[in-house]
Amino acid sequence: MPQVSMTVNGRAVSGEVEGRTLLVEFLREGLRLTGTHVGCDTSQCGACAVHVDGKLVKACTAFAAELDGAEVTTIEGMAGADGSLSAVQQAFQDYHGLQCGFCTPGMVMAGAALLEENPRPSEADVRQYLEGNICRCTGYHNIVKAIMAASGQEVEPVAAE
Amino acid sequence: MYAFDIERPTSLADAKALLAGEAQALGGGQTLIPTLKQRLADPGTLVCLSGIAEMKGVTSGPDGVAIGGGTTHAEAAEGLKDAIPGLAYLASRIGDPAVRNRGTIGGSLANDDPSACWPAGALGLGATIVTDAREIAADDFFQGMFTTALEDGEIVTAVRFPVPEASAYSKMIQPASRFPLVAAFVARFPDGVRVAITGASEDGVFRWREAEGALSADFSPEVVTGQPEGPMIADLHGTADYRRHLCAVMTRRAVRAALDGTGGLSSAGA
Ligand SMILES: Cc1cc2nc3c(=O)[nH]c(=O)nc-3n(C[C@H](O)[C@H](O)[C@H](O)COP(=O)(O)OP(=O)(O)OC[C@H]3O[C@@H](n4cnc5c(N)ncnc54)[C@H](O)[C@@H]3O)c2cc1C
Ligand code: FES
Ligand code: FES
Repeated sequence: MPQVSMTVNGRAVSGEVEGRTLLVEFLREGLRLTGTHVGCDTSQCGACAVHVDGKLVKACTAFAAELDGAEVTTIEGMAGADGSLSAVQQAFQDYHGLQCGFCTPGMVMAGAALLEENPRPSEADVRQYLEGNICRCTGYHNIVKAIMAASGQEVEPVAAE
Repeated sequence: MYAFDIERPTSLADAKALLAGEAQALGGGQTLIPTLKQRLADPGTLVCLSGIAEMKGVTSGPDGVAIGGGTTHAEAAEGLKDAIPGLAYLASRIGDPAVRNRGTIGGSLANDDPSACWPAGALGLGATIVTDAREIAADDFFQGMFTTALEDGEIVTAVRFPVPEASAYSKMIQPASRFPLVAAFVARFPDGVRVAITGASEDGVFRWREAEGALSADFSPEVVTGQPEGPMIADLHGTADYRRHLCAVMTRRAVRAALDGTGGLSSAGA
């Protein structure tokens, strides 16, 4: 079985995998980083989104063995060492960007990747960037608002507290 | 998934040697991994192309633009912006950001999904598909749904595109899959116009010759009338008649975008 080594959330990790071991299995079952969710397992929903070498990737649609040497960031790596939330995470809390929370890890990773590429997106940019992230609860409105707010732009206060 | 081994060659020569046996190429995996999960493929060994530097990147030269077969959709979108805005637009609207960060032009062309975007760009521009063995004109490359001129184990190493005077891509997005329901790529060259349609025909991507003739005489949206012949795809997202109708609608929109220089437009439909 191949041995893979990567840096996950700043920590050097390695382990034995099968050729068919998905990145998301390596993260969840190998490293017990269960914040990365599996929603569809068919590459459609984005709940499993992580950053690989700084780019948004669906962890259910990449093999761990392909990513030997890669730098991976998951939702567990987004908060500071002292537990302080990242700007996107904080905005999801402030603007009620989640209900059940299942899609949230992927939404936060997508939002953070967008702001890395485009620090002041328009609302249309945000909606377009989230095309690969499905939410069955919120209707997206507050997710978009949270990401806009995390970019430092004015947004309407939340409709319902 | 059935069990398989993964090889990660760093040179084309090594990849070629590995693919000579019972093995299959792995590009970005954005089609192949879902296929493997459904146990529709049992490759034995996957030869991962993503570590081969010589198959990546976009280079512009006097006779056009060359894109490495292992270049991701996102890298191509960025690298094509100035050279061929219509093609950059096409690449920038494939799937979603995560798909574009992994999926490659070589994988898309080799797969030849009847609703894929790159085949429309390659056929619409009259590209040359370069493999580890030969060069194939786009007009000869696409041979029907999921069928190309590639031999088993042949690797798409690069794609060369001539630079048109103007081009654009118009895509009606099927919102569940994000693939085109129907999309049109239009390119104007000094010697005439090419129109390629994807998502519509049961024979896969095709050139709409009647529209090409009309647009070569007068490059304006109004001249695109009528409908292409031949069997059209029918599924729960759209009937054959609807798709046939969309061919002219998408072509007109692409012409308008080419004239405006916006590169293209898309809308979520159906
Ligand atoms: C949610 C989602 C939305 C999508 N939306 C769109 C869309 O809107 N438009 C669109 O066009 N596509 C879309 N796709 C498909 C995507 O573009 C894929 O990236 C593409 O079809 C296959 O490229 P790949 O590099 O991922 O190839 P893989 O999945 O790795 O391989 C596909 C096939 O090509 C072969 N292959 C791979 N690379 C090469 C090569 N260099 N030479 C020879 N053979 C090779 C493989 O052996 C396999 O048979 C979508 C996919 C997903 C998951
Ligand atoms: S679990 Fe990966 S896209 Fe849905
Ligand atoms: S909050 Fe429940 S799926 Fe998005």
